[in-house]
Amino acid sequence: MKKLLILGAGTAGTIMANKLAPVLDKSEWEITIVDREEIHYYQPGFLFIPFGIYTREDIIKPKRDFFPPGVEVIMSEIEQIMPDDNKVKLSNGKILPYDYLIIATGSRVNPAEIEGLLDGGGWRQNIFDFYTPDGALALAKYLKYWEGGRLVVNVAEMPIKCPVAPLEFVFLADWWFTEQGIRDKVEIEYVTPLPGAFTKPRAAKFLGNFLEKKNIHLTADFNIARVDAGKNKIVSWDEREVEYDLLVTIPTNMGADVIARSGMGDDLNFIPTDKHTLQSKKWENIFVIGDATDLPSSKAGSVAHFEAEVLYENFLRAIDGRPLLPKFDGHANCFIESGFGKGILIDFNYDVEPLPGKYPLPGIGPFSLLEETRMNHWGKMMFRWVYWNLLLKGSEMPIEAQMNMAGKRQ
Amino acid sequence: MPTKTYAGKTVEVTDEGFLVNPDDWTEDMAPEIAKEEGIEELTDMHWKVIRFMREDFKERGQIPSIRRMKNVGGIPTADLYKLFPGAPAKKAAKIAGLGKPEGCV
Repeated sequence: MKKLLILGAGTAGTIMANKLAPVLDKSEWEITIVDREEIHYYQPGFLFIPFGIYTREDIIKPKRDFFPPGVEVIMSEIEQIMPDDNKVKLSNGKILPYDYLIIATGSRVNPAEIEGLLDGGGWRQNIFDFYTPDGALALAKYLKYWEGGRLVVNVAEMPIKCPVAPLEFVFLADWWFTEQGIRDKVEIEYVTPLPGAFTKPRAAKFLGNFLEKKNIHLTADFNIARVDAGKNKIVSWDEREVEYDLLVTIPTNMGADVIARSGMGDDLNFIPTDKHTLQSKKWENIFVIGDATDLPSSKAGSVAHFEAEVLYENFLRAIDGRPLLPKFDGHANCFIESGFGKGILIDFNYDVEPLPGKYPLPGIGPFSLLEETRMNHWGKMMFRWVYWNLLLKGSEMPIEAQMNMAGKRQ
Repeated sequence: MPTKTYAGKTVEVTDEGFLVNPDDWTEDMAPEIAKEEGIEELTDMHWKVIRFMREDFKERGQIPSIRRMKNVGGIPTADLYKLFPGAPAKKAAKIAGLGKPEGCV
């Protein structure tokens, strides 16, 4: 029997299991998936928790509900990957040999990377993150009783998972404080290491205008060195200071610790991966997908989904001894919640920055690219259903994995 | 492709002034590129950074990140910001004749 081992049962790992289980011959292949956590979190929902739009119940389901029949599921920490021996060691010492390995171990925030963030005395007092369920829930509690002051949202360093989420957070904060009747008592400042609101020039300008319109102050090119929690300020490497009453941080994002323990990652524990085929740069029988890669694409569920289409095809080619196809183009597709029941949609890849137009049907939509509409907001809210019912199950979706220029205006 | 002349040698550069081909670079170009970046004199500390970046790039084919310069090169991040004010990763890469560090999305 040949063995396919999938590490990680988040968005990417679950989709791969669901796509491959029905097509791999059961008399030839054993599929095993390993994860340490029984709960599947709908991560795009974390954003809505601080504002009371979603509760914890709205964003969780048991992982086991999403695994296809015939796949062995192991709930365990992974101790080490031994890629030269084609083996993985679990925390209880059990050894899992494999013929092919798909690594989908994701990324997570690591607040300990920034001096004074976790250990300065302010953590979960007036410093919160919303990239973890616990952080988002703690922030919801805090915001409920907050009477106003300086809200600073700081992106520590790039790359981060879902690079639009911090912007959505400030847009929603502007809306939420307005609803609470205290917007005039809150100053909102967005502090980022990027030269503007976003990475890609046209979208950066478009989103920058939104910040201005909503009276959100933008501080760009700010590379945080430390948090001075005693004095409630963040300090950059070039000694600029920003004071806060409430700090919402997006800490350094890093790949899983097991990647570091296995010596397979870069300085942020992301795995060097061919950006078009998704094969490991070093090991032929290892593929990497989702946030675990070092690809210069967004770390986002939509990217994991588009990658899955390419990896599915390439995996089947690999086991048939055929050359891999360089078909992944960096395609990302992000709904950006902009507050007051509206949203923006962006669609881009490695080479083409977000452009205006209609999506997914050229000229028709129903969604509008790089434009703020109510329909885009409904798309975002509907997406949770799509995620649980179609996307995770690896179902065919009415959109192509590769970005399409049709419907876009230059 | 635009060109520039450093240390008497004409080289291809990108629109932002990064050398297109890292192999075109020689050490005597560095002070001239540095001047354009507002760094009047390259000290031993600057050279430590430039040489680490060149060697690391040669070995791995990738421009080292600030984190890597700290972890592997032993160059404290605060020093980097003092040596190459503003945008150390970009400035140092430019002076070292490497491309623009890959922007992350």
